[in-house]
Amino acid sequence: MSEPVGAVAEAAVPPSQPRIQTGLGGRSWADLGFRGVLTLGALAVPLLMAFLVWELWVGSRLAIGRYGLDFLVSSAWDPVAQQFGAVPLIFGTLVSSLLALVIAVPLSLGVAIFLTEFAPQAIRQPVAFLIELLAAIPSVVYGLWGIFFLIPFLREHIFPFLRSALGFLPLFQGPIYGQSMLAAAIILAIMVMPYIMSVSREVLLAVPASQREAAQALGATRWEAVITAVVPYAKSGIIGAVILGLGRALGETMAVTMVIGNRHEIAASLFAPGYTMAAAIANEFTEAVEDVHLSALTYVALVLFMVTVLVNAGARLLIWRVTRGAPTGGQGL
Amino acid sequence: MRNPVMRAGAALAALIVAAGPACSQSLVGAGATFPYPLYSKWFDAYNKKARVQINYQSIGSGGGIRQFTQGTVDFGASDSPMTDEQMAALKGNVVHIPTVLGAVVLTYNLPALGATPLKLDGATIADIFLGKVTQWNHPKIGALNPGANLPKTDIIVVHRSDGSGTTFVFVDYLSKVSPEWKSKVGAATSVSWPVGLGGKGNEGVTQQVKQTGGSIGYVELVYALSNKLPVSLVKNAAGQYASASLEAVTAAAAGAKLEKGTDFRVSITNAAGAKSYPIASYTWLLVKNDTPDAGKAKSLKDFLAWMVTPEAQKMAADLGYAPLPDDVSGLVRERIKTLKSGGRPIA
Repeated sequence: MSEPVGAVAEAAVPPSQPRIQTGLGGRSWADLGFRGVLTLGALAVPLLMAFLVWELWVGSRLAIGRYGLDFLVSSAWDPVAQQFGAVPLIFGTLVSSLLALVIAVPLSLGVAIFLTEFAPQAIRQPVAFLIELLAAIPSVVYGLWGIFFLIPFLREHIFPFLRSALGFLPLFQGPIYGQSMLAAAIILAIMVMPYIMSVSREVLLAVPASQREAAQALGATRWEAVITAVVPYAKSGIIGAVILGLGRALGETMAVTMVIGNRHEIAASLFAPGYTMAAAIANEFTEAVEDVHLSALTYVALVLFMVTVLVNAGARLLIWRVTRGAPTGGQGL
Repeated sequence: MRNPVMRAGAALAALIVAAGPACSQSLVGAGATFPYPLYSKWFDAYNKKARVQINYQSIGSGGGIRQFTQGTVDFGASDSPMTDEQMAALKGNVVHIPTVLGAVVLTYNLPALGATPLKLDGATIADIFLGKVTQWNHPKIGALNPGANLPKTDIIVVHRSDGSGTTFVFVDYLSKVSPEWKSKVGAATSVSWPVGLGGKGNEGVTQQVKQTGGSIGYVELVYALSNKLPVSLVKNAAGQYASASLEAVTAAAAGAKLEKGTDFRVSITNAAGAKSYPIASYTWLLVKNDTPDAGKAKSLKDFLAWMVTPEAQKMAADLGYAPLPDDVSGLVRERIKTLKSGGRPIA
């Protein structure tokens, strides 16, 4: 979009350039200043990022020196004996987030498809607005709702049902406390849904009408047109939306810690309590009196940061590919 | 256009500089969250009384000790005393001033028990939290509660997931009454719990206990009182069952007698005395023995002196914190008199 404008400007400017510069000397000075300010603003972000990594590195050096990469394979967490390992935390973070996606993706994708393809015009905007509103609710409110409503409901109705219906799987065995990996995943699913839904909705809206028309012209029903022509065309964008949701889930703290049970343990059952990296940091940071304990928590933050960066890099890459347009459609089909 | 703005700025700056010392002295502190409601009330009341502005950030005991050590605050606050190592980092230029007392109580969900409070002793509590006593009808609990209707259900242990002074007091008590707890788990603001679920904050533990039949957890006395939770009696060092009340907590502090010249870094869990409630602790303000800034030193000293007056200690009781025993207030008053500024006594 910017190329034609640039080309026109380039063609027009050269002959008149010196005159404009001298004529508007003051303004060009202001332009320069403006440009400088913007550059500083743009540089501030990567600088902040660099400082963040630097601080995390400096803060965790003590723990890195003492535990090294064992930290990533040990599952001990004993502040008294100063034994620290992050495996249950990494496990809990990844499992709760992935499980949240398993729940949230079909749901939000279904809503997005319904809203762009099938819903009556009158309700499309209001429903989308309501779902996006979910993103504005503070996570501590989700957490409280989880403690007071979701957990009792799951413990009394959903979990016993799951255990009796699917109890032959190790995933649904063991005692039911309420506070559990599954409860955390459900809360996370609700929290990431608005992100996935609204990005995939935008992506689906961007699919050219000709895609649908072509499919229907070949005899496809509306449903077949969506499945064979629209969704594949938007595939990369939808994947980007999912990864964005995953990034959100990985870093969520307050709501998760209130419902996950906070136990440094790897359990096969989804009814068992677990722990996540972000939750452990939030829980123990304020009262970590010993230097090593604090440093271990900072090390956890560094690990979490790296996981999140990888996920976000993936999302950026996918979204970049989508905005490039042409190759996506071809690939999708 | 630039000049008027600058002039206004300069005038404002001059005003602040001129007004600052004349208007009020200000102090900055940071630390424990447990006494925060009381501290904010105290600081507010004292500001109205003595025109001293005290800003307090309740960032947690660990953060309080760290900021105090780095010198970014005028005083710190902590629910657990500083270790010798930490004090060495300040070259001993730190005084622990006890402010009030807190206690930790065991709350449980056993509808079968009715209105009779559950009775426990230290060894049994430790066994429950070690995962050795796993059912309510265990003979050990039965022996302490003769005639009580104890169901044959699993005990679900709930503990704090966030590091906290509450946890420290509780596990400090367990370490004193159970050698096995001391060797296997130990005492700190966060520990590696052998069994149980972690609830975030007092409210997290309380909700988990309220909702789960057969559960037991520990919370602050203040919180249990204001939420009217069922609370167990705990057998104290004198062999009496003590109910958690402000009087019983103050009695515990009186039971752990302090000598003249004490540094106040004393644990009062499992204290002597027939009326003492055994799971209790002081909470401390950390101040420098020698504060270089004379104005700040004076304000801080005056505040500390006010804090141990009956007027201020009464405010503590109103908010559910146990006041200091009289002899401890006396010792604090003595200690404050010896605080210095720049090597000289404070006027």
